[in-house]
Amino acid sequence: MYTEKVMDHFENPRNVGELSNADGIGQVGNPTCGDIMKIFIKVDGDGGERISDIKFKTFGCGAAIATSSMVTELVKGKTIDEALSISNKTVAEALDGLPPQKMHCSNLAADALHTAIKDYKDKKYAE
Amino acid sequence: MRRVYLDHSATTPVCPEVAEEMYKYITGNYGNPTSVHYYGRQVRNAVEEAREKVAASIGANAKEIVFTSGGTESDNMAVHGIVYTNKNKGNHIITSAVEHHAVLNMVQALEKEGFDITVLPVDQYGMVNPEDVRNAITGNTILVSIMHANNEIGTIQPVEEISKITREHGIPFHIDAVQSFGKIPVNVDDLGADLLTISGHKVYAPKGIGALYVRKGTRWKQTLFHGGAQERLRRAGTENVPGIIAMGKACELAVADLQEESDHLRKLRDAVIEKVLNKIEHVRLTGHPAERIPGHASFCFEFIEGESMLLSLDMKGIAASSGSACTSGSLEPSHVLLATGIPHEVAHGSIRTSFGKDNTLDDVEYFVETMQSIVERLRSMSPIDQDFDSTCASCKEGKSCHA
Ligand SMILES: Cc1ncc(COP(=O)(O)O)c(C=O)c1O
Ligand code: FES
Repeated sequence: MYTEKVMDHFENPRNVGELSNADGIGQVGNPTCGDIMKIFIKVDGDGGERISDIKFKTFGCGAAIATSSMVTELVKGKTIDEALSISNKTVAEALDGLPPQKMHCSNLAADALHTAIKDYKDKKYAE
Repeated sequence: MRRVYLDHSATTPVCPEVAEEMYKYITGNYGNPTSVHYYGRQVRNAVEEAREKVAASIGANAKEIVFTSGGTESDNMAVHGIVYTNKNKGNHIITSAVEHHAVLNMVQALEKEGFDITVLPVDQYGMVNPEDVRNAITGNTILVSIMHANNEIGTIQPVEEISKITREHGIPFHIDAVQSFGKIPVNVDDLGADLLTISGHKVYAPKGIGALYVRKGTRWKQTLFHGGAQERLRRAGTENVPGIIAMGKACELAVADLQEESDHLRKLRDAVIEKVLNKIEHVRLTGHPAERIPGHASFCFEFIEGESMLLSLDMKGIAASSGSACTSGSLEPSHVLLATGIPHEVAHGSIRTSFGKDNTLDDVEYFVETMQSIVERLRSMSPIDQDFDSTCASCKEGKSCHA
Protein backbone atom coordinates (compact mmCIF):
# COMPACT_ATOMS: atom_id res chain seq x y z
CA MET A 1 0.00 0.00 0.00
CA TYR A 2 2.97 2.34 0.59
CA THR A 3 5.58 3.30 -2.02
CA GLU A 4 9.20 2.25 -1.64
CA LYS A 5 10.11 5.80 -0.71
CA VAL A 6 7.58 5.87 2.11
CA MET A 7 8.90 2.58 3.43
CA ASP A 8 12.49 3.81 3.15
CA HIS A 9 11.70 6.94 5.18
CA PHE A 10 9.76 4.86 7.68
CA GLU A 11 12.59 2.37 8.09
CA ASN A 12 15.42 4.90 8.00
CA PRO A 13 13.90 8.17 9.07
CA ARG A 14 16.14 11.22 8.55
CA ASN A 15 16.62 13.84 11.26
CA VAL A 16 14.87 12.14 14.16
CA GLY A 17 15.30 13.75 17.53
CA GLU A 18 15.16 17.09 19.27
CA LEU A 19 17.23 20.29 19.15
CA SER A 20 17.98 21.59 22.62
CA ASN A 21 18.80 25.07 21.27
CA ALA A 22 15.98 25.26 18.72
CA ASP A 23 14.97 28.66 17.36
CA GLY A 24 11.47 27.45 16.60
CA ILE A 25 9.32 24.52 17.72
CA GLY A 26 6.07 23.43 16.11
CA GLN A 27 3.80 20.84 17.61
CA VAL A 28 0.57 19.83 15.94
CA GLY A 29 -2.03 17.21 16.60
CA ASN A 30 -3.87 15.50 13.81
CA PRO A 31 -7.56 16.13 14.28
CA THR A 32 -8.49 13.31 11.92
CA CYS A 33 -6.79 10.40 13.63
CA GLY A 34 -5.19 11.78 16.80
CA ASP A 35 -1.50 11.71 15.90
CA ILE A 36 1.08 14.21 17.14
CA MET A 37 4.11 15.66 15.42
CA LYS A 38 6.79 17.99 16.76
CA ILE A 39 9.38 19.79 14.62
CA PHE A 40 12.45 21.68 15.88
CA ILE A 41 14.31 24.17 13.67
CA LYS A 42 17.60 25.99 13.99
CA VAL A 43 17.80 29.12 11.83
CA ASP A 44 21.06 30.58 10.65
CA GLY A 45 20.71 34.37 10.27
CA ASP A 46 23.80 35.16 8.18
CA GLY A 47 23.19 35.85 4.49
CA GLY A 48 19.42 35.38 4.60
CA GLU A 49 17.52 33.17 6.99
CA ARG A 50 18.27 29.53 6.39
CA ILE A 51 17.09 26.42 8.22
CA SER A 52 20.49 25.08 9.18
CA ASP A 53 19.23 22.18 11.25
CA ILE A 54 15.92 20.43 11.73
CA LYS A 55 14.68 17.48 13.80
CA PHE A 56 11.34 15.80 14.33
CA LYS A 57 9.48 13.53 16.69
CA THR A 58 6.26 11.83 15.67
CA PHE A 59 3.57 9.76 17.36
CA GLY A 60 1.71 8.30 14.43
CA CYS A 61 1.34 5.86 11.59
CA GLY A 62 3.93 4.83 9.03
CA ALA A 63 2.85 7.64 6.70
CA ALA A 64 3.10 10.20 9.51
CA ILE A 65 6.66 9.12 10.27
CA ALA A 66 7.64 9.07 6.59
CA THR A 67 6.13 12.49 5.87
CA SER A 68 7.88 14.00 8.90
CA SER A 69 11.17 12.55 7.77
CA MET A 70 10.63 13.77 4.19
CA VAL A 71 9.68 17.29 5.22
CA THR A 72 12.86 17.62 7.28
CA GLU A 73 14.91 16.44 4.33
CA LEU A 74 13.14 18.86 1.96
CA VAL A 75 13.75 21.97 4.03
CA LYS A 76 17.17 21.36 5.53
CA GLY A 77 19.46 24.12 4.19
CA LYS A 78 16.56 26.00 2.58
CA THR A 79 15.62 29.61 3.28
CA ILE A 80 12.58 30.37 5.42
CA ASP A 81 10.70 31.58 2.35
CA GLU A 82 11.50 28.40 0.45
CA ALA A 83 10.43 26.35 3.43
CA LEU A 84 7.14 28.22 3.67
CA SER A 85 6.32 27.29 0.10
CA ILE A 86 6.33 23.58 1.02
CA SER A 87 2.83 22.21 1.24
CA ASN A 88 1.42 18.81 2.12
CA LYS A 89 1.21 18.15 -1.61
CA THR A 90 4.95 18.76 -2.04
CA VAL A 91 5.65 16.26 0.74
CA ALA A 92 3.31 13.61 -0.63
CA GLU A 93 4.73 14.00 -4.13
CA ALA A 94 8.30 13.72 -2.88
CA LEU A 95 7.32 10.34 -1.41
CA ASP A 96 5.91 9.21 -4.79
CA GLY A 97 2.40 9.56 -3.41
CA LEU A 98 0.39 8.39 -0.43
CA PRO A 99 -2.73 6.22 -0.31
CA PRO A 100 -5.85 8.46 -0.39
CA GLN A 101 -6.85 7.71 3.21
CA LYS A 102 -3.33 8.73 4.28
CA MET A 103 -3.19 12.14 2.61
CA HIS A 104 -4.14 13.83 5.88
CA CYS A 105 -0.91 12.57 7.44
CA SER A 106 1.07 14.84 5.11
CA ASN A 107 -0.95 17.82 6.37
CA LEU A 108 0.53 17.08 9.74
CA ALA A 109 4.09 17.37 8.45
CA ALA A 110 3.53 20.62 6.55
CA ASP A 111 1.57 22.07 9.48
CA ALA A 112 4.26 21.20 12.00
CA LEU A 113 6.90 22.84 9.79
CA HIS A 114 4.86 26.01 9.32
CA THR A 115 4.07 26.15 13.03
CA ALA A 116 7.79 25.88 13.85
CA ILE A 117 8.57 28.73 11.44
CA LYS A 118 5.81 30.84 12.94
CA ASP A 119 7.21 30.14 16.41
CA TYR A 120 10.65 31.25 15.22
CA LYS A 121 9.25 34.48 13.73
CA ASP A 122 7.13 35.22 16.79
CA LYS A 123 10.16 34.89 19.01
CA LYS A 124 12.38 36.90 16.70
CA TYR A 125 10.02 39.83 16.28
CA ALA A 126 9.17 39.82 19.97
CA GLU A 127 12.80 40.64 20.72
CA MET B 1 12.84 -14.48 5.97
CA ARG B 2 11.28 -16.16 8.96
CA ARG B 3 7.50 -15.72 8.80
CA VAL B 4 5.26 -15.96 11.84
CA TYR B 5 1.51 -15.66 11.47
CA LEU B 6 -0.11 -14.32 14.63
CA ASP B 7 -3.42 -13.16 13.19
CA HIS B 8 -5.70 -16.20 13.52
CA SER B 9 -8.58 -14.06 14.80
CA ALA B 10 -8.57 -12.40 11.38
CA THR B 11 -8.45 -15.67 9.49
CA THR B 12 -6.83 -19.10 9.54
CA PRO B 13 -5.18 -21.17 6.81
CA VAL B 14 -7.26 -24.02 5.37
CA CYS B 15 -5.91 -27.17 6.99
CA PRO B 16 -4.84 -30.06 4.69
CA GLU B 17 -7.61 -32.48 5.74
CA VAL B 18 -10.23 -29.84 4.99
CA ALA B 19 -8.66 -28.89 1.66
CA GLU B 20 -8.52 -32.53 0.61
CA GLU B 21 -12.24 -33.13 1.29
CA MET B 22 -13.16 -29.90 -0.40
CA TYR B 23 -11.05 -30.56 -3.48
CA LYS B 24 -13.26 -33.46 -4.55
CA TYR B 25 -16.21 -31.08 -4.70
CA ILE B 26 -14.36 -28.53 -6.76
CA THR B 27 -12.97 -30.92 -9.34
CA GLY B 28 -15.14 -34.05 -9.45
CA ASN B 29 -18.51 -33.78 -7.79
CA TYR B 30 -19.85 -30.66 -9.36
CA GLY B 31 -23.59 -31.35 -9.32
CA ASN B 32 -26.18 -28.91 -8.06
CA PRO B 33 -27.65 -30.36 -4.87
CA THR B 34 -31.15 -29.36 -5.96
CA SER B 35 -30.93 -31.49 -9.15
CA VAL B 36 -32.82 -34.77 -9.25
CA HIS B 37 -30.20 -36.70 -11.25
CA TYR B 38 -27.23 -38.70 -10.08
CA TYR B 39 -24.88 -35.69 -9.97
CA GLY B 40 -27.27 -33.73 -7.83
CA ARG B 41 -28.11 -36.61 -5.47
CA GLN B 42 -24.48 -37.40 -4.88
CA VAL B 43 -23.78 -33.83 -3.80
CA ARG B 44 -27.02 -33.53 -1.82
CA ASN B 45 -25.94 -36.44 0.37
CA ALA B 46 -22.56 -34.88 1.03
CA VAL B 47 -24.16 -31.54 1.93
CA GLU B 48 -26.48 -33.24 4.41
CA GLU B 49 -23.57 -35.15 5.95
CA ALA B 50 -21.72 -31.87 6.38
CA ARG B 51 -24.80 -30.39 8.02
CA GLU B 52 -24.85 -33.31 10.49
CA LYS B 53 -21.23 -32.63 11.36
CA VAL B 54 -21.76 -28.92 11.90
CA ALA B 55 -24.84 -29.64 14.02
CA ALA B 56 -23.02 -32.24 16.11
CA SER B 57 -20.15 -29.83 16.77
CA ILE B 58 -22.46 -27.41 18.60
CA GLY B 59 -24.89 -29.91 20.10
CA ALA B 60 -27.68 -29.12 17.63
CA ASN B 61 -29.94 -31.03 15.29
CA ALA B 62 -29.09 -30.96 11.57
CA LYS B 63 -32.47 -29.38 10.76
CA GLU B 64 -31.49 -26.38 12.85
CA ILE B 65 -28.46 -25.50 10.69
CA VAL B 66 -28.57 -23.05 7.77
CA PHE B 67 -25.46 -22.63 5.62
CA THR B 68 -24.55 -19.04 4.86
CA SER B 69 -21.70 -17.10 3.28
CA GLY B 70 -20.04 -16.49 6.66
CA GLY B 71 -20.25 -14.77 9.99
CA THR B 72 -21.50 -11.47 8.63
CA GLU B 73 -24.38 -13.06 6.78
CA SER B 74 -25.34 -15.27 9.73
CA ASP B 75 -25.33 -12.28 12.08
CA ASN B 76 -27.37 -10.20 9.64
CA MET B 77 -29.82 -12.99 8.91
CA ALA B 78 -30.28 -13.78 12.60
CA VAL B 79 -30.95 -10.21 13.68
CA HIS B 80 -32.99 -9.08 10.70
CA GLY B 81 -34.98 -12.31 10.56
CA ILE B 82 -35.98 -12.23 14.24
CA VAL B 83 -36.85 -8.56 14.16
CA TYR B 84 -38.95 -8.75 11.00
CA THR B 85 -40.73 -11.92 12.06
CA ASN B 86 -41.61 -10.50 15.48
CA LYS B 87 -42.24 -6.85 14.76
CA ASN B 88 -45.92 -7.27 15.53
CA LYS B 89 -44.84 -8.09 19.11
CA GLY B 90 -42.51 -5.20 19.75
CA ASN B 91 -39.73 -3.04 18.35
CA HIS B 92 -36.91 -3.16 20.91
CA ILE B 93 -33.49 -4.78 20.39
CA ILE B 94 -30.77 -5.20 23.02
CA THR B 95 -27.12 -5.62 22.08
CA SER B 96 -23.72 -4.57 23.44
CA ALA B 97 -21.17 -1.89 22.65
CA VAL B 98 -18.47 -4.44 21.77
CA GLU B 99 -20.30 -6.47 19.12
CA HIS B 100 -18.78 -7.07 15.71
CA HIS B 101 -19.87 -4.58 13.05
CA ALA B 102 -21.91 -7.37 11.45
CA VAL B 103 -24.31 -7.03 14.39
CA LEU B 104 -23.81 -3.37 15.31
CA ASN B 105 -24.26 -1.95 11.84
CA MET B 106 -27.26 -4.20 11.20
CA VAL B 107 -28.87 -2.96 14.40
CA GLN B 108 -28.06 0.63 13.50
CA ALA B 109 -29.70 0.18 10.12
CA LEU B 110 -32.80 -1.13 11.92
CA GLU B 111 -32.72 1.90 14.20
CA LYS B 112 -33.02 4.11 11.12
CA GLU B 113 -36.09 2.11 10.17
CA GLY B 114 -37.63 3.03 13.50
CA PHE B 115 -36.68 0.16 15.82
CA ASP B 116 -35.61 0.97 19.38
CA ILE B 117 -32.06 -0.02 20.19
CA THR B 118 -30.32 -0.45 23.53
CA VAL B 119 -26.54 -0.78 23.25
CA LEU B 120 -25.35 -2.03 26.64
CA PRO B 121 -22.08 -0.70 28.03
CA VAL B 122 -19.24 -2.96 29.12
CA ASP B 123 -16.82 -2.81 32.06
CA GLN B 124 -13.09 -2.12 31.76
CA TYR B 125 -12.53 -5.73 30.61
CA GLY B 126 -15.16 -5.49 27.91
CA MET B 127 -17.65 -7.60 29.86
CA VAL B 128 -21.43 -7.13 29.73
CA ASN B 129 -23.21 -7.25 33.07
CA PRO B 130 -26.16 -9.70 32.83
CA GLU B 131 -28.14 -7.50 35.24
CA ASP B 132 -27.92 -4.71 32.65
CA VAL B 133 -29.63 -7.04 30.20
CA ARG B 134 -32.36 -7.73 32.73
CA ASN B 135 -32.86 -4.03 33.39
CA ALA B 136 -32.95 -3.14 29.71
CA ILE B 137 -35.73 -5.61 28.88
CA THR B 138 -39.11 -4.02 28.27
CA GLY B 139 -42.45 -5.41 27.17
CA ASN B 140 -41.38 -4.48 23.64
CA THR B 141 -38.06 -6.36 23.54
CA ILE B 142 -37.98 -8.86 20.68
CA LEU B 143 -34.27 -9.74 20.48
CA VAL B 144 -31.11 -9.88 22.59
CA SER B 145 -27.88 -10.31 20.60
CA ILE B 146 -24.61 -10.64 22.54
CA MET B 147 -21.39 -12.20 21.28
CA HIS B 148 -19.74 -15.16 23.01
CA ALA B 149 -16.15 -13.94 22.67
CA ASN B 150 -14.85 -10.65 21.39
CA ASN B 151 -12.59 -10.58 18.34
CA GLU B 152 -10.52 -7.58 19.40
CA ILE B 153 -9.97 -8.14 23.11
CA GLY B 154 -10.81 -11.84 23.52
CA THR B 155 -13.19 -11.35 26.44
CA ILE B 156 -15.72 -14.15 26.96
CA GLN B 157 -19.20 -12.88 27.81
CA PRO B 158 -21.38 -14.48 30.49
CA VAL B 159 -23.83 -15.71 27.85
CA GLU B 160 -25.09 -18.59 30.04
CA GLU B 161 -26.30 -16.10 32.62
CA ILE B 162 -27.76 -13.81 29.99
CA SER B 163 -29.68 -16.67 28.41
CA LYS B 164 -31.31 -17.50 31.77
CA ILE B 165 -32.72 -13.99 31.77
CA THR B 166 -33.88 -14.03 28.15
CA ARG B 167 -35.53 -17.41 28.78
CA GLU B 168 -37.44 -16.04 31.77
CA HIS B 169 -38.86 -13.38 29.50
CA GLY B 170 -39.32 -15.58 26.45
CA ILE B 171 -37.10 -13.34 24.29
CA PRO B 172 -34.99 -14.90 21.52
CA PHE B 173 -31.25 -14.75 22.20
CA HIS B 174 -28.68 -14.67 19.39
CA ILE B 175 -25.03 -15.43 20.15
CA ASP B 176 -22.19 -14.57 17.76
CA ALA B 177 -19.80 -17.45 18.46
CA VAL B 178 -17.45 -16.77 15.56
CA GLN B 179 -14.43 -16.24 17.81
CA SER B 180 -15.19 -18.80 20.52
CA PHE B 181 -16.07 -21.80 18.36
CA GLY B 182 -13.14 -24.20 18.08
CA LYS B 183 -11.40 -22.63 21.06
CA ILE B 184 -13.77 -23.23 23.96
CA PRO B 185 -16.84 -25.51 24.15
CA VAL B 186 -19.79 -24.07 22.23
CA ASN B 187 -22.96 -26.04 22.92
CA VAL B 188 -26.24 -24.38 22.05
CA ASP B 189 -28.07 -25.94 25.01
CA ASP B 190 -25.37 -25.18 27.58
CA LEU B 191 -25.10 -21.59 26.36
CA GLY B 192 -28.86 -21.19 26.00
CA ALA B 193 -28.72 -19.90 22.43
CA ASP B 194 -31.84 -19.59 20.30
CA LEU B 195 -29.71 -18.52 17.36
CA LEU B 196 -25.95 -18.89 17.03
CA THR B 197 -23.47 -17.74 14.40
CA ILE B 198 -20.25 -19.47 13.35
CA SER B 199 -17.84 -18.79 10.48
CA GLY B 200 -15.64 -21.26 8.61
CA HIS B 201 -12.51 -19.22 8.02
CA LYS B 202 -11.78 -18.82 11.72
CA VAL B 203 -11.59 -22.59 12.15
CA TYR B 204 -9.40 -23.72 9.24
CA ALA B 205 -12.12 -23.81 6.58
CA PRO B 206 -12.04 -21.31 3.69
CA LYS B 207 -13.48 -17.80 3.65
CA GLY B 208 -17.05 -17.30 2.50
CA ILE B 209 -18.78 -20.13 4.35
CA GLY B 210 -20.59 -19.99 7.67
CA ALA B 211 -23.60 -21.35 9.48
CA LEU B 212 -26.51 -20.06 11.44
CA TYR B 213 -28.12 -22.22 14.08
CA VAL B 214 -31.81 -21.56 14.67
CA ARG B 215 -33.39 -23.48 17.56
CA LYS B 216 -36.45 -25.50 16.58
CA GLY B 217 -39.58 -23.53 17.40
CA THR B 218 -37.95 -20.10 17.25
CA ARG B 219 -40.10 -17.49 15.53
CA TRP B 220 -37.56 -16.67 12.84
CA LYS B 221 -37.81 -16.39 9.10
CA GLN B 222 -35.14 -15.64 6.57
CA THR B 223 -35.96 -12.09 5.48
CA LEU B 224 -32.95 -10.88 3.47
CA PHE B 225 -32.66 -13.19 0.46
CA HIS B 226 -35.35 -13.56 -2.15
CA GLY B 227 -34.85 -16.40 -4.57
CA GLY B 228 -34.93 -20.16 -4.79
CA ALA B 229 -36.10 -22.61 -2.15
CA GLN B 230 -32.67 -23.79 -1.03
CA GLU B 231 -31.91 -24.58 2.62
CA ARG B 232 -35.59 -25.35 3.19
CA LEU B 233 -36.55 -21.78 2.32
CA ARG B 234 -34.08 -20.39 4.79
CA ARG B 235 -31.36 -19.22 2.40
CA ALA B 236 -32.02 -18.69 -1.27
CA GLY B 237 -29.17 -19.26 -3.69
CA THR B 238 -27.33 -22.34 -4.97
CA GLU B 239 -25.34 -23.82 -2.11
CA ASN B 240 -21.61 -23.20 -1.83
CA VAL B 241 -20.98 -26.93 -1.96
CA PRO B 242 -17.19 -27.00 -1.62
CA GLY B 243 -17.48 -24.51 1.25
CA ILE B 244 -20.15 -26.57 2.96
CA ILE B 245 -18.08 -29.75 2.67
CA ALA B 246 -15.08 -27.86 4.09
CA MET B 247 -17.17 -26.44 6.91
CA GLY B 248 -18.40 -29.92 7.84
CA LYS B 249 -14.88 -31.29 8.00
CA ALA B 250 -13.52 -28.26 9.86
CA CYS B 251 -16.26 -28.47 12.50
CA GLU B 252 -15.66 -32.18 12.94
CA LEU B 253 -11.95 -31.54 13.49
CA ALA B 254 -12.60 -28.53 15.72
CA VAL B 255 -14.48 -30.62 18.28
CA ALA B 256 -12.21 -33.67 17.97
CA ASP B 257 -9.14 -31.50 18.67
CA LEU B 258 -10.75 -29.03 21.04
CA GLN B 259 -9.03 -30.05 24.28
CA GLU B 260 -5.61 -30.37 22.72
CA GLU B 261 -5.99 -27.20 20.68
CA SER B 262 -7.18 -25.05 23.54
CA ASP B 263 -4.43 -26.34 25.89
CA HIS B 264 -1.86 -25.49 23.24
CA LEU B 265 -3.31 -22.03 22.59
CA ARG B 266 -3.66 -21.26 26.28
CA LYS B 267 0.00 -22.07 26.83
CA LEU B 268 1.06 -19.68 24.04
CA ARG B 269 -1.33 -16.96 25.18
CA ASP B 270 -0.18 -17.12 28.79
CA ALA B 271 3.46 -17.06 27.71
CA VAL B 272 3.08 -14.04 25.44
CA ILE B 273 1.11 -12.07 28.04
CA GLU B 274 3.59 -12.86 30.77
CA LYS B 275 6.61 -11.95 28.66
CA VAL B 276 5.21 -8.77 27.12
CA LEU B 277 4.05 -7.39 30.47
CA ASN B 278 7.34 -8.27 32.16
CA LYS B 279 9.76 -7.19 29.49
CA ILE B 280 8.16 -4.04 28.11
CA GLU B 281 7.19 -0.99 30.14
CA HIS B 282 4.01 1.04 29.76
CA VAL B 283 1.97 -1.75 28.23
CA ARG B 284 -1.53 -2.78 29.18
CA LEU B 285 -3.38 -5.94 28.44
CA THR B 286 -6.73 -5.20 26.83
CA GLY B 287 -9.73 -7.38 27.57
CA HIS B 288 -10.22 -9.72 30.50
CA PRO B 289 -7.08 -11.13 32.16
CA ALA B 290 -8.63 -14.57 32.76
CA GLU B 291 -11.98 -14.81 30.97
CA ARG B 292 -10.54 -14.63 27.49
CA ILE B 293 -10.28 -17.08 24.61
CA PRO B 294 -7.17 -19.21 24.45
CA GLY B 295 -4.73 -18.01 21.83
CA HIS B 296 -5.78 -14.36 22.08
CA ALA B 297 -3.53 -11.70 23.60
CA SER B 298 -4.16 -8.02 22.96
CA PHE B 299 -2.26 -5.04 24.28
CA CYS B 300 -1.87 -1.29 24.16
CA PHE B 301 1.71 -0.08 23.97
CA GLU B 302 1.64 3.48 25.18
CA PHE B 303 3.20 6.48 23.37
CA ILE B 304 3.39 4.72 19.99
CA GLU B 305 0.94 3.93 17.22
CA GLY B 306 -0.39 0.58 16.01
CA GLU B 307 0.08 0.86 12.27
CA SER B 308 3.74 1.78 12.64
CA MET B 309 4.16 -1.26 14.90
CA LEU B 310 2.40 -3.51 12.37
CA LEU B 311 4.65 -2.26 9.55
CA SER B 312 7.72 -2.84 11.70
CA LEU B 313 6.55 -6.34 12.65
CA ASP B 314 5.80 -7.12 9.01
CA MET B 315 9.35 -6.15 8.07
CA LYS B 316 10.46 -8.89 10.49
CA GLY B 317 7.99 -11.38 9.02
CA ILE B 318 5.44 -11.17 11.84
CA ALA B 319 1.73 -10.74 11.05
CA ALA B 320 -0.49 -9.20 13.75
CA SER B 321 -3.30 -6.64 13.83
CA SER B 322 -4.34 -3.39 15.52
CA GLY B 323 -7.41 -1.38 16.48
CA SER B 324 -5.61 1.96 16.03
CA ALA B 325 -7.39 4.82 14.28
CA CYS B 326 -4.65 4.89 11.65
CA THR B 327 -5.41 1.30 10.57
CA SER B 328 -9.17 1.53 10.58
CA GLY B 329 -10.03 3.11 7.26
CA SER B 330 -12.62 5.21 9.07
CA LEU B 331 -9.73 6.83 11.02
CA GLU B 332 -11.67 6.12 14.20
CA PRO B 333 -10.09 3.91 16.84
CA SER B 334 -11.74 0.59 17.59
CA HIS B 335 -15.20 0.97 19.14
CA VAL B 336 -14.38 -2.01 21.34
CA LEU B 337 -11.30 -0.43 22.93
CA LEU B 338 -13.13 2.86 23.47
CA ALA B 339 -16.08 0.99 25.05
CA THR B 340 -13.73 -0.42 27.69
CA GLY B 341 -12.83 3.13 28.67
CA ILE B 342 -9.38 3.20 27.10
CA PRO B 343 -8.53 6.78 26.06
CA HIS B 344 -8.17 7.58 22.38
CA GLU B 345 -4.40 8.06 22.53
CA VAL B 346 -3.84 4.74 24.30
CA ALA B 347 -6.11 2.90 21.86
CA HIS B 348 -3.72 4.25 19.25
CA GLY B 349 -1.09 1.78 20.48
CA SER B 350 -3.23 -1.32 20.14
CA ILE B 351 -1.73 -4.61 18.96
CA ARG B 352 -3.52 -7.96 18.84
CA THR B 353 -1.82 -11.32 18.56
CA SER B 354 -3.92 -14.40 17.96
CA PHE B 355 -2.29 -17.81 17.84
CA GLY B 356 -3.16 -20.97 15.94
CA LYS B 357 -2.37 -24.67 15.61
CA ASP B 358 1.00 -24.20 13.97
CA ASN B 359 2.44 -21.60 16.35
CA THR B 360 5.07 -22.56 18.90
CA LEU B 361 6.64 -21.12 22.05
CA ASP B 362 9.52 -20.20 19.80
CA ASP B 363 7.17 -17.90 17.86
CA VAL B 364 6.20 -16.25 21.14
CA GLU B 365 9.86 -15.72 21.93
CA TYR B 366 10.52 -14.25 18.46
CA PHE B 367 7.53 -11.92 18.72
CA VAL B 368 8.48 -10.61 22.16
CA GLU B 369 12.11 -10.07 21.20
CA THR B 370 11.14 -8.29 17.99
CA MET B 371 8.51 -6.23 19.78
CA GLN B 372 11.02 -5.07 22.37
CA SER B 373 13.25 -3.48 19.76
CA ILE B 374 10.32 -2.07 17.77
CA VAL B 375 8.87 -0.42 20.85
CA GLU B 376 12.24 1.00 21.75
CA ARG B 377 12.80 2.41 18.27
CA LEU B 378 9.33 3.93 17.88
CA ARG B 379 9.37 5.39 21.39
CA SER B 380 12.68 7.06 20.67
CA MET B 381 10.91 8.78 17.76
CA SER B 382 7.79 9.70 19.70
CA PRO B 383 7.23 13.19 21.13
CA ILE B 384 5.18 11.79 23.97
CA ASP B 385 6.07 9.87 27.11
CA GLN B 386 4.66 9.51 30.62
CA ASP B 387 5.43 13.18 31.34
CA PHE B 388 3.76 14.45 28.20
CA ASP B 389 1.29 17.28 28.70
CA SER B 390 -1.66 15.92 26.80
CA THR B 391 -3.94 18.80 27.62
CA CYS B 392 -5.27 20.63 24.61
CA ALA B 393 -3.42 23.84 25.50
CA SER B 394 -0.11 22.31 24.38
CA CYS B 395 -1.44 21.28 21.00
CA LYS B 396 -2.29 23.61 18.13
CA GLU B 397 -5.20 21.61 16.88
CA GLY B 398 -6.18 20.22 20.23
CA LYS B 399 -9.62 21.75 20.21
CA SER B 400 -10.81 19.82 17.22
CA CYS B 401 -9.12 16.53 18.06
CA HIS B 402 -10.58 13.62 19.97
CA ALA B 403 -9.03 14.36 23.35
C1 LIG C 1 -17.06 -11.85 16.26
C2 LIG C 1 -17.16 -11.87 14.77
N1 LIG C 1 -18.37 -11.87 14.19
C3 LIG C 1 -18.50 -11.89 12.84
C4 LIG C 1 -17.41 -11.91 12.01
C5 LIG C 1 -17.62 -11.89 10.52
O1 LIG C 1 -17.35 -13.12 9.96
P1 LIG C 1 -17.06 -13.27 8.39
O2 LIG C 1 -15.71 -12.72 8.17
O3 LIG C 1 -17.13 -14.75 8.15
O4 LIG C 1 -18.12 -12.52 7.68
C6 LIG C 1 -16.14 -11.91 12.57
C7 LIG C 1 -14.93 -11.92 11.70
O5 LIG C 1 -14.09 -11.05 11.73
C8 LIG C 1 -16.00 -11.89 13.99
O6 LIG C 1 -14.81 -11.87 14.56
S1 FES D 1 -1.17 10.05 11.05
FE1 FES D 1 -2.77 8.68 11.67
S2 FES D 1 -3.29 7.78 9.84
FE2 FES D 1 -1.42 8.73 9.45
